[in-house]
Amino acid sequence: MASIDELAAGDVVAEAVFSITRDSLVRYAGASGDFNPIHYRDDVAAAVGLPGVLAHGMLTMGFAVQPVVDWAGDPARVIDYQVRFTRPVLVDAEVGAQVAVVAKVGQLDAEAQVARIDLTVTFNGETVLGKAQARVSLR
Amino acid sequence: MPVNPELQGRVFPPVAPYLVGREKIREFARAVFATNPINHDPDAARAAGHADIVAPPTFPVVVQESTLAQLLAEPDSGIDFSRVVHGDQRFSYTRPVVAGDELTATLTVSSVKTLGGHSMVTAESEIVDASGAHVVTAISTLVVRGDE
Repeated sequence: MASIDELAAGDVVAEAVFSITRDSLVRYAGASGDFNPIHYRDDVAAAVGLPGVLAHGMLTMGFAVQPVVDWAGDPARVIDYQVRFTRPVLVDAEVGAQVAVVAKVGQLDAEAQVARIDLTVTFNGETVLGKAQARVSLR
Repeated sequence: MPVNPELQGRVFPPVAPYLVGREKIREFARAVFATNPINHDPDAARAAGHADIVAPPTFPVVVQESTLAQLLAEPDSGIDFSRVVHGDQRFSYTRPVVAGDELTATLTVSSVKTLGGHSMVTAESEIVDASGAHVVTAISTLVVRGDE
């Protein structure tokens, strides 16, 4: 992790691509307790008018911050994290879904030693999270 | 039925304490592709100054879930669960969640707004430890779609 003096707004601090499969959704359902069947059953997803089985928004939120955690070196450095769920991630039964994350410095607070890291999270070339921001303590 | 505007400001009774287990953190960490040793290895966590392994940033959703269940079960809420979409989510920490924590969550409905037929309900779950000290607040905005 860099010290705050070495960072500038716009710097890319981390990038990653996550391969999400139906197995990932079942694993997240079990770990989180969110067993809404739209996240694992094609028939239920179709019955409520969805184009297919979707990833849990909270799964996308959960992995999208991991490149920031690894850059910061400690999950405890993430002191605030927020997202807006703007588009669904459709997870195909055979090929899954590829979700790309780019983490950039949004704003620096030298006095508090906090960096706001802005995440761009895309699936099929479209962003799926809006206002995705993690505040990272650099103390 | 529209969302009841009188929900705004309502504070719910605290839910039963949630004991954060080490294996639960590891299970959740695997599910969100968290590979940092501080999420998995007690020695790595202690070397970084923590009492035990640290939960991933979004872990408090597990604790928050029972508070949202209280909201959806409220008889006069007017919230039709089949029309609820998760709009926004935020976690604001005072300190990280570590294995061994006993956490208690209390839900407040901080705002109810209606916008173009949809309602937006913001629910804040304040999570404290066994000593009553603040750990994290989990804030969800639920969008309740109106009749189409």
